[in-house]
Amino acid sequence: MKFTDEHEWLSLEDGIATVGITEYAVSQLGDIVFVELPDVGAELEAGGDAAVVESVKAASDVYAPLAGVVTEVNEGLADEPTLVNDDPQGEGWFFRIKLADPSEYEGFMDEDEYRAFIS
Amino acid sequence: MVPFAGYRMPVQYPAGILSEHHVTRGWAGLFDVSHMGQVRIWPKSGSVPDAAHALETLIPSDIVGLAEGRQRYGLFTTPEGGLVDDLMISTRPDHVFLVVNASRKHVDLALLESGIGRDCEVELVEGRSLLAIQGPDAEAVLSRLVPEVSAMNFMDSLTLTYAGTEIWVSRSGYTGEDGFEVSVPDELAAGFAGDLLDQGGVLPVGLGARDSLRLEAGLCLYGNDIDETTSPVEAGLSWAIQKARRAGGPREGGFPGDTRILAEMAEGTGRRRVGIRPLGRVPMRQGAPIYGSETGDDCIGEVTSGGFGPTVGAPIAMGYVEAGFASAGTRVYGQVRTRRYPAELQALPFVRTRFKKQKG
Repeated sequence: MKFTDEHEWLSLEDGIATVGITEYAVSQLGDIVFVELPDVGAELEAGGDAAVVESVKAASDVYAPLAGVVTEVNEGLADEPTLVNDDPQGEGWFFRIKLADPSEYEGFMDEDEYRAFIS
Repeated sequence: MVPFAGYRMPVQYPAGILSEHHVTRGWAGLFDVSHMGQVRIWPKSGSVPDAAHALETLIPSDIVGLAEGRQRYGLFTTPEGGLVDDLMISTRPDHVFLVVNASRKHVDLALLESGIGRDCEVELVEGRSLLAIQGPDAEAVLSRLVPEVSAMNFMDSLTLTYAGTEIWVSRSGYTGEDGFEVSVPDELAAGFAGDLLDQGGVLPVGLGARDSLRLEAGLCLYGNDIDETTSPVEAGLSWAIQKARRAGGPREGGFPGDTRILAEMAEGTGRRRVGIRPLGRVPMRQGAPIYGSETGDDCIGEVTSGGFGPTVGAPIAMGYVEAGFASAGTRVYGQVRTRRYPAELQALPFVRTRFKKQKG
């Protein structure tokens, strides 16, 4: 699993990255009440808008860590947005993208680097 | 901590917004609202009715008819019929006590000085904190420290003592729940708050839950839902203008903006504040445009406050729409980011208020 400085995590399998937001991000956002996900098939640009998280406090943008095409979104979040609070780095994943260039994955922080980044 | 009206205030305490909200609806929440302005109006003649008459030149409430020891919600109006602020007014044995919004207290003070300074001494009370305890257990909790509060009715306002010190207690609040607001000297505030929290079943509540509670209760936040451009009639606050001040009343008009406001009470307004219930899960927040159709250019209004209602269990909002659309049950569409989502207009409040109306 890798981490971005926008507090997203991603994990790579067969050129497809699963993306969500980190435990730290969730602790800052508070109770999550809605997640707006991209359409399957959408082409995302690196750093472009990908999703929106609505918490009891505010709406926050989630950016695409890398360019790619959305292959799947977590439909479970529509009825149960609290999955993100309960298990942000597992059941609370947001979307999967087929990366345009999977080699870029290695450029993100690993867990130790991310821990240092948020502390 | 966030900046709020020049004060640094917590959005939430460790429990978090949802827990703080639910505890206030189910048990009791403690709010530090010391940033609000506490103002005393002293009649120079020594006669409180003179202060009441003077205040009625700035506020369209029946203050002359407000009995000693009673409190009433009121409004400062502009000459154009907009709103300078909303406030609480109580009549005391030798003065009138006002609680005004933090963000507006200096504007209000200037208005009071210029409007009634000839007949009254206007005093911004310094050195006192204001704590609110709200929720179904508020009476049980507070009465363990101050037994007299059990005998108070909704909107009673009394001077009592705690730990040998004078405290000013009103049975009111801004959450839709029964509760009390208590003004205490600053040096007593932390100890008094601690004593309340020690009773159990009480949590401190921050700005986040304060906002979701008042929104569910359909109550306006000055600066969001009402301001100098909104009239009391548009805002659905005509109930704060009692019969004595309305057309045909013994003290009809005589307040800033009276011509427009009394005309609107008779003839209606072009827009109305309404409750908005999004049908899905997407919150519609402040500034979201409201449309009459899913795809047309027919913008009919805007959200002024919106978010998630924890007790409702769904997103809720309020805002202004054109009067022709303003009836409950009307289907509208709120624009959130790039999409429009369906919503239904709903009578306010979203959650039934539970004020203490009778002794017992």
